[in-house]
Amino acid sequence: MPPIIEIENLVKVFKMGENEVRALDGVSLSVERGEMVAIMGPSGSGKSTLMSIVGCLDVPTSGSYILDGDAVEKMKDTRLADVRSKKIGFVFQQFNLLSRTSALENVLLPLTYTGMSPRKAREKALQSLEMVGLKERVKHHPSELSGGQQQRVAIARALVNDPAILIADEPTGALDSKTGAEIMELFQSLHRDFGQTVIMVTHDSFVARHTDRIIRLVDGRIVSDAPNPNPLKAGALRPEAQF
Amino acid sequence: MLVSQNILTALRGLMANKLRSALTILGIVIGVAAVVALMAIGNGATSSITSRIQSNGSNLLNIQAGRAQRPGSDSRAAPAYLFYSDYVALSKTLTDVSGIAPAYQARYNVIQGLQSSQISVTGVTEDYLKVHSYEIAAGRALSANDRLHLNAVAVIGDTTATDLFPAGSPIGQKIKINGVTFTVVGTLKAKGSSSFSNEDDIVCIPLETGYSQLFGSNASQNGKNTLNAIAVSASSADTVDAVSGQITFILRHQHKLKLADSDDFRILNQAALLSTLSGITTTLTTFLGAIAALSLLVGGIGIMNITLVSVSERTREIGLRKAVGARKDHILFQFLIETMTLSMIGGIMGILLGMGIAGVVTLLGLITAEVSLSSILLSFFFSLAIGLFFGIYPAYRAANLHPMEALRSE
Repeated sequence: MPPIIEIENLVKVFKMGENEVRALDGVSLSVERGEMVAIMGPSGSGKSTLMSIVGCLDVPTSGSYILDGDAVEKMKDTRLADVRSKKIGFVFQQFNLLSRTSALENVLLPLTYTGMSPRKAREKALQSLEMVGLKERVKHHPSELSGGQQQRVAIARALVNDPAILIADEPTGALDSKTGAEIMELFQSLHRDFGQTVIMVTHDSFVARHTDRIIRLVDGRIVSDAPNPNPLKAGALRPEAQF
Repeated sequence: MLVSQNILTALRGLMANKLRSALTILGIVIGVAAVVALMAIGNGATSSITSRIQSNGSNLLNIQAGRAQRPGSDSRAAPAYLFYSDYVALSKTLTDVSGIAPAYQARYNVIQGLQSSQISVTGVTEDYLKVHSYEIAAGRALSANDRLHLNAVAVIGDTTATDLFPAGSPIGQKIKINGVTFTVVGTLKAKGSSSFSNEDDIVCIPLETGYSQLFGSNASQNGKNTLNAIAVSASSADTVDAVSGQITFILRHQHKLKLADSDDFRILNQAALLSTLSGITTTLTTFLGAIAALSLLVGGIGIMNITLVSVSERTREIGLRKAVGARKDHILFQFLIETMTLSMIGGIMGILLGMGIAGVVTLLGLITAEVSLSSILLSFFFSLAIGLFFGIYPAYRAANLHPMEALRSE
């Protein structure tokens, strides 16, 4: 089976007035189906740019990107939106839930853009919420949920369209360590039990060590790409907190 | 994405910002209300003018003496007159008419007891009341017999009756017109004032009695009795033009006019007057409506303004929607539906307010405002169109936000 992500010599140049910034400078990598990968790097390393291209929110300046068999690097807006709608689930640091709508409606949102029948969509959304352990809170609005619960709603929303890849951008960044550990446990179980491909973007090496493979970016280039044979179990203590 | 879903989302967003939504649609509400109310008042004015003119007798042709003033026309031309003989000729020859009412009118001092006033005294025939849509309130009307026997009798208007006879019935009482004694045999029902003259302050006497006892030499020219006017009532609206043609022919013959001579009389057509006046009021109504529609435009700009603010406030939401698979047209549609929902609610509220204003104006007795279905439909769809038009730019901006940048915005 071919890899789910095949990236070859990816370059992304931003124009900032007179200057050109090479946010990505020849990145090549491939991700197999069912892998759980961390993309690490300090701020300005290009990891967010890489994430937005992997997540089909942006297109590269040059290079090729094949996602699940489709070459997406040359796609126009409308096709990209379709790819996002069918193959990608996003989880953000700030949850990004719609505040005036219930958990269920938030999870339904991606399906409203697919033309799925309301009945079937509702069924899928409820399944998705059950998977993240929020079956009892479908009617609650985000303001009535804890941070961890809000992030679970966001994960349920990312899973509702059965995405080929789940992209998480600092998913524990806005949570305390205990809740963060619960969210990491959820990602690990999605990976372990359902074979979900997970790409986690983080600047935090402790978070990255929960995955099977760690890719480090510096100045738009991959400086290391190594398997992590013994991923941390969720709930492990941070090294600096061990004393 | 379903339209109903979009509308629900829009409504929820609007409800969450009640005050802002209310202020946003205020312009539309006021604009639509102004259009509906002004058109209703304009329509009311038109029909009130129309009905007032029609109450003077529809299908009415008024003949008066006078030459058309033309540049270069001979100013020394003999003055024009209408003669009693013209009336006789018309009444013998005209077809398709329901009444011919000649009149000689002059102002005289009318005395009754201690009451005295200057009143317009009109010598008339028995057709006069019918042609001019008067009705008898008490007593009887003037008859052909009164004319034949030169009876010194009078029928007086409602105002005249109250002025001359503050107490008691005028019927059978005597009045002195310029020293000649007349007996009041009937009174007329009030017609209501018209803008031209008080039609209720009149004294009608038999025409022939007037010539022989009252008008004297003022009413005669070259030994022929003259008339101020002849009113002809055509049998129906369709025959007005034909009757007018007959009158022209007969009078030209009577006055021995040559082919090259211009008419020495004028025929005033009430129907023509009616259409002229209602044309004027319709133009005025349209004009007022157009001015009111300008405020709708201003309201539309208000909607655009607020929607632009809303787009920049909800940049992250737009980014998220794009991230989970919304296409440009989904976002475009969402914001268009929002502005159209706003303007539609504004339109409905404006229509209700406008109808309310029209109702109050009617209740106050200023004018009977008539709210027309066309003005309601017009302003409703106009406000929808405004929502669409002024929503396009903000919605286009929202749809073209870059998803990644939108997600990162604060």
